[in-house]
Amino acid sequence: MSARDNILKRLRERADGPLAAPESDFAVVTGRGWDHAERLARFERWITSVHGEVIHTSRDDWTKVLAGVLDAKGIRRLALGREHPVAAEARAALAKDEVILLDADRDIETWRHEQFHDTDAGLTSTRGAIAETGSLWLWPTPDEPRLLSLVPPIHIAVLDADTVEDTFFDVVEAHGWAGGMPTNALLISGPSKTADIEQTLAYGVHGPRVLVVLLRHAEERP
Amino acid sequence: MSAAHEPVQTFTPREFHRQAHDALGNPQIRANFRRAMDGLMAKRRDVFSDWDLEVLRELGANIRLRALAKLPDLLERLEANCQANGIQVHWAENGDEACRIIGEICERHGARAVIKGKSMVSEEMHLNAHLEAAGIEALESDLGEYLVQLNEQTPSHIIMPAIHLNTDEIAEIMHDKTGIERTRDVDTMTAAARAQLRERFMAADVGISGVNFAVAETGTLCLVENEGNGRMTTAVPPVHIAVTGIEKVVEHLRDVPPLYALLTRSATGQHVTTYFNMISSPRKPGEHDGPQEVHLVLVDSGRSNIYQDDELLDTLRCIRCGACMNHCPVYTRVGGHTYGTTYPGPIGSILMPHMMGLEATKDLPTASSLCGACGEVCPVKIPIPDLLVRLRREAVGEGRGNVRGAGVKRTKKEVAAWKGFQWLATHPAAWRSGAALAGKLQALMPSKLGPWTEYRTAPKPAKVSLHAMVKRHQAGKSDEDGGERS
Repeated sequence: MSARDNILKRLRERADGPLAAPESDFAVVTGRGWDHAERLARFERWITSVHGEVIHTSRDDWTKVLAGVLDAKGIRRLALGREHPVAAEARAALAKDEVILLDADRDIETWRHEQFHDTDAGLTSTRGAIAETGSLWLWPTPDEPRLLSLVPPIHIAVLDADTVEDTFFDVVEAHGWAGGMPTNALLISGPSKTADIEQTLAYGVHGPRVLVVLLRHAEERP
Repeated sequence: MSAAHEPVQTFTPREFHRQAHDALGNPQIRANFRRAMDGLMAKRRDVFSDWDLEVLRELGANIRLRALAKLPDLLERLEANCQANGIQVHWAENGDEACRIIGEICERHGARAVIKGKSMVSEEMHLNAHLEAAGIEALESDLGEYLVQLNEQTPSHIIMPAIHLNTDEIAEIMHDKTGIERTRDVDTMTAAARAQLRERFMAADVGISGVNFAVAETGTLCLVENEGNGRMTTAVPPVHIAVTGIEKVVEHLRDVPPLYALLTRSATGQHVTTYFNMISSPRKPGEHDGPQEVHLVLVDSGRSNIYQDDELLDTLRCIRCGACMNHCPVYTRVGGHTYGTTYPGPIGSILMPHMMGLEATKDLPTASSLCGACGEVCPVKIPIPDLLVRLRREAVGEGRGNVRGAGVKRTKKEVAAWKGFQWLATHPAAWRSGAALAGKLQALMPSKLGPWTEYRTAPKPAKVSLHAMVKRHQAGKSDEDGGERS
């Protein structure tokens, strides 16, 4: 018999007999009932508590804010997708800029060294965010691959205010994650960090040192 | 004075008492653990402050129980869904078999360099040593694990592997082993490690990680981390091998959010970790990064034996948060290495006897004052103190005999002593005359009574027993008040 068959046989022929499976009540991880403002406030409070930077902007003006961030942080080489509207709008707006745009939709084998050593920042869209923990959720695509939000030292993420939801459980349920998971699904809550040296927090250990969230509101905020 | 210059120490559970004695006499170890555990306890308390923690723990326990109740079915479902997603699934009866499977995958790809994300199961099976014997370099990429590996040690905590080292010691290690300028600046040391490891990620042939939760419903492997090394390990090299114990499976995707909420808060007092990485397949056609192959190795290593027994089963609920060690007064004083096992602290004391047998681990279930803190903080409500008592009973042959090495501590002398005590305690006349005799022979009481008198003076039987005193007192009282009571 194979190891698989042996293990399953032992589990099935349990000495103390079959076990009863209890039902689960998930009420404690859902039903927060926060309104839009409360959700945004919580999201911002939590993500900034772990060194995420949040910049409020609008759907119309966000590329100007992006250009400002690139300038302020000295970003000269920006990797980004092509097809997602976030990438397309950014490309159009930055075309005349001095920033060098690097195509993220290339096989990593062809530009690994460039991505690790000569890319200042990666720009990605997000699918939404979680207010309770200050987390962005991303499902990387061929257009915006997995390493785009990990390898460059700065990650700029574009988030629409109306996609912030209350809890992780709510997101998993509302968007039917169980019905079809992508190759990789991610929650990102701040820049990479460690406390392995005597409990002292240090940011940017393996992933980005800086995470900037461009929080786009549907309209200009009064 | 620095750890980096000390000879490599090896620890074994057989030498628990000697190692505990050494650790207790080491002020550096005492201070490092005390400071770290105090901080972790305070952070956990704060982060749960606005939660109905009991309800959340109840849900966590209940999700894990449900997964265990359906374990064989869920493992088959996990396998089928992983395979449908393109993940190759392997089963291993024990650590050696798992090492062989992983070694063969590495060999097939001509791998010379492996990069590792944090995996306690790989520690449990001594994977690094196995790979090195096959001429494959295995490098740890979690900063704590990296430091511990540079210092030729093993992790002293399951979540914070280098918790036994302080900044000065780490500065020495980084200077000695990687050649950087000697510095106490944590950001500088972290940046140096980042630069060193980034090159290794790019050059690695295979990435090996653990798994925090394996979701049967979708064939998804979940990894919890802060550093990004887990994401690097699972996305940069062309092959990813995930290795995990068979008990890590959960039924549904919706079971994951409550367990994740409990795990990060219980472990480090964080409301969330930087990354929650959910992997459901290798790189698909048209995708531009991620590994071409993903393998899942499911390891038994004694888990299916624990599974047989209704009481011991609770051990398998564990989600490896480490809260039990953070709150354990024994762990805090003796540190993680003293236990001499992959998993230290209370969870190690109830898990390792099954993996190594009670002959080697007989002292571990006694490494507890049974204060109950571990059971109170456990996010999935494992009754750890009850399980410690059960293993103590097994060790002296008074349990069900379901643990390898049961009865190893049983001695004729002790059995006879307890039998004698039982007889005395259930025969009042004999007890009374025995107590009176002990009082008269007070002077003959030995002053050394084994370990008891190492730190205490030997007890002396009173001249007059409490029993006799109460009797005398009652006799006097009833004479005085004439028996009237209000």
